[in-house]
Amino acid sequence: MNKFGYSLSPASVINLDNADKIKFKELIDLEPDVLKCMACGSCVSSCSAVNFTNSSLRSAILSLQNGLPEKAYEYLKGCMLCGKCTMICPRGINTRRLIISIFQTYNFKK
Amino acid sequence: MRERILGGYDNFVLPFMIGIVFIITYLLIGLIRVIIHIPGPDRKKLLLSFVNPSAIYKNIRDIICDCLIHVKIFKRKAILGYMHASIAFGWFMLIVIGHIEVALYVPQRNGVLYYPVFFRYFVKQEGDITLRGAFFFFLMDFFLLLVLSGIGLAMYKRVHSMALGMRRTTKPGFADRLALYCLWAIFPLRLLAESFTAGISGGSFLTKPMNMLFQNFLSDDMHILPTWWAYSVALGLFFIAMPFSRYMHIPTEALLIVLRNAGLKVTKIRKGFAAAEIYSCSSCGLCIDACPMNTQKKNLKYSSVYFIRFLRRNRTKKINKIAEKCLMCGKCVALCPVGVDSCGIKRAQRTTVYNNLKYDYSYLTSVSHNPPTNTNEEKKSSSILYFAGCMTHLTPSIIKSMEKIFESANVDYQFADKDGGVCCGRPLIIAGKADAAKEIINKNTELIKASGCTTIVLSCPICLKVMQEDYNLKGINLIHHTQFINQLINDNKLKLSKTSDSLVYHDPCELGRGCNIYDEPRNIIQNIGELKQAQSEKLESICCGGSIGSLSLTYDDRTKITQNSVNKLLINNPDKIITACPLCLKTFKDQAPVPVEDIALLVAKNIEVA
Repeated sequence: MNKFGYSLSPASVINLDNADKIKFKELIDLEPDVLKCMACGSCVSSCSAVNFTNSSLRSAILSLQNGLPEKAYEYLKGCMLCGKCTMICPRGINTRRLIISIFQTYNFKK
Repeated sequence: MRERILGGYDNFVLPFMIGIVFIITYLLIGLIRVIIHIPGPDRKKLLLSFVNPSAIYKNIRDIICDCLIHVKIFKRKAILGYMHASIAFGWFMLIVIGHIEVALYVPQRNGVLYYPVFFRYFVKQEGDITLRGAFFFFLMDFFLLLVLSGIGLAMYKRVHSMALGMRRTTKPGFADRLALYCLWAIFPLRLLAESFTAGISGGSFLTKPMNMLFQNFLSDDMHILPTWWAYSVALGLFFIAMPFSRYMHIPTEALLIVLRNAGLKVTKIRKGFAAAEIYSCSSCGLCIDACPMNTQKKNLKYSSVYFIRFLRRNRTKKINKIAEKCLMCGKCVALCPVGVDSCGIKRAQRTTVYNNLKYDYSYLTSVSHNPPTNTNEEKKSSSILYFAGCMTHLTPSIIKSMEKIFESANVDYQFADKDGGVCCGRPLIIAGKADAAKEIINKNTELIKASGCTTIVLSCPICLKVMQEDYNLKGINLIHHTQFINQLINDNKLKLSKTSDSLVYHDPCELGRGCNIYDEPRNIIQNIGELKQAQSEKLESICCGGSIGSLSLTYDDRTKITQNSVNKLLINNPDKIITACPLCLKTFKDQAPVPVEDIALLVAKNIEVA
C-alpha cells in the first residue's frame, strides 16, 4: 500500500486486511452493545481518567473496528471503571462491561 | 421405669445408626476442611474469640436466637417464624429431654447414640406412675405436638406459600425433596410408634389417647415394630440426604455464627469461610422476593439462592453469569435469615475472573493534592475536606448546593476534587479488579493524608462505603453529607424554612444497607417538609437500578427496575422524591413523573437567610 510521505504528520494508514474480524465477532457475542456505539464521544467528555490521560472508549471502539487493538489498549489502560460513561451514554451502552469484555477478548492480561 | 429389652438393642436401630454415623463423619471432615482453608491470621482471630467472654456470650446468644428460635424470621413474618422455630426448637428439646430421661431412668445406657431416640421402645412402665415420669412424658408429648404443628404449616406452605408471607419459594432439587419428605415423615412416624408402644412404656396427653384409640381396631402389638422401623428409616435417610440438601444449614449455621462473630471475611471462593456460608444457605428463597431484578420473571434464576446452589455444585459458568448480573444492592444479604453474605462471595468470584486484566495507572503519580489553580482561595488550615466523588461531578447541582451550605454555615473547607479527582476505587473492587483498586486506594489515602484534614464530608455513598471498609484512615472522621447537614441543623448553624411539600425519601443501597445511615436524612427532610412513607423503606429499600454493582445487566432491564422502584416510592403520592446519592438521582431523574432532588439541593433551596 502506498504511503503518502507528507512530513508534517506521520502517515495514518488503516489496513483493514489486518483487522482480526473473528476477535471482533467474539467481542460482539460477549457484549453486543459495542455495535450500538455512534462515536458521539459523550463517554470521553464525562470520563474521570481523561483529566490525566488520553483515555477514550469512543476511540478504542473505532481502533478495534480498524484492527488496531494495541491502540485500543492505550485508550483504555487508564480506565478506573467508575461508570460515569454508562450513566451518560445516550445509546444506553453498558460501557463498564464493554471495557472489561474488550480486555478479555483481546487478551489484555497481566 | 425399667428396661424392657435386655441388651438394649434391636435391629431396627440400624438405619438410624448408619445415618447418624455418616453425618457425624461428614460434618467432622467438613469442619476440618473449613479450618484448613481459613488463612492464618483469621484462624488466630477465631481462637481468640473462644477465650473472650463477651465473644462467647455473643456466640451463645446468636446461636439460640438464630438457630433455635429464629428471631429474624419472626420479625419478618410471625407465622413463618413460628413454623421454623417450632420445628427447630421442638426437635432440639426432644433431643435434650430424651437424653435427660435416659440419664434418669436407665443410666447404664448413657452414651448409647440411639437410646434416647428410641427410648420408649426399650422401656416399660411398672406399677404406679411417678410424678417425675409423667412430667417428662408430658414434655415429650408437648414438644412433639409443637414440631407436628410446624410440620403441618410447612406442608401447607408447599402448596400455598403466599399464606406464610412468601410470594415465591425455591424449586427444590432431588436431594432436597428426599430430605424434605423424610423430615415430614419423621415426626408423624414418631407419634405413631410411640402411640403403639404407649400401652407398655406409658405416655402422656398425646400418645396415651392415640394408643387407646388404636386399640379399638388395631389391638395387635405387631404394629409396634414396623412403625419403629419406619421411624428409624426416615431418620437414617434424612441424615444421609442431609449433606446434599438444603438441610445442611442446620449444623452449618452454628459454625457460621461462630466464624462470623470472630470477624472472618470471605477470602477464597467456595472454601474456608465461604464454604461455611454456602452450606448455611437454607434455600428458603426469601432472597427471591427481595431481589430488585425479579420484577421480571426471566431474572428469577439469578437470585442469590440459585447462585449458592450452583456454588455447591461447582458449576462455574452459571456461577459467573449470576455473579456478573447481581446489582450488589445487598437487600438479599440484609433479609437473609441466616445472614449469608452472598454479595461478598459474588465479589470474590468476580475477582477470580477479572483480577488478571491489565491496567496502567502510572498517571497517578502526577496527581497531587490541591491543584495549583485553587490554592489562593482555599485555606490550608481547614480541617474539613469535601470529597465529591466521580458521580457527584455528573450532578453539579449537588456540588453547588454543598458549596452554598458550607458558605451559609460559615464552615471552612477544602475541596478535594474540585477539578475532578481520582476514582475512590469501589467500582474496581466491585468489578473484581482488586489489585487495580489497591493502587487507587493507596493514592487517595496519600492525597487525603497530605491535606491534613480530620473530617471528610462525602457526597457519594459509594465513596463513603469504600473509605470505611477498605481505606486505612485512622483518626479521620468519615461522614456523609446527610450526617454533616443534620449536625449543622442540630448545632443551629443552619436555619431552614419549612415548606408545605410532601416528600418521600429513597434510601440509597450503599448509604442505608451499606453504611447504616437511615435517620439523619429523614430528620433533615422533616425539618423542611412532610415526610411520606414509601412502600419499602430502610432495610428493604429497592435499588434505583443504576447501581454500578451489576456488570451485565442491560439498559432495558435496569429501566424496569427503576420503574418498579419509583412506583413503590410514589405509593403515597408525594410531591418530590428525595435521595442522597448522585447515582440514584441521575437514574431517577430520567424516569420519575415527579421532580427528584438530592437532599443537599433541597436544603440549599430552603436555607433561611438571617
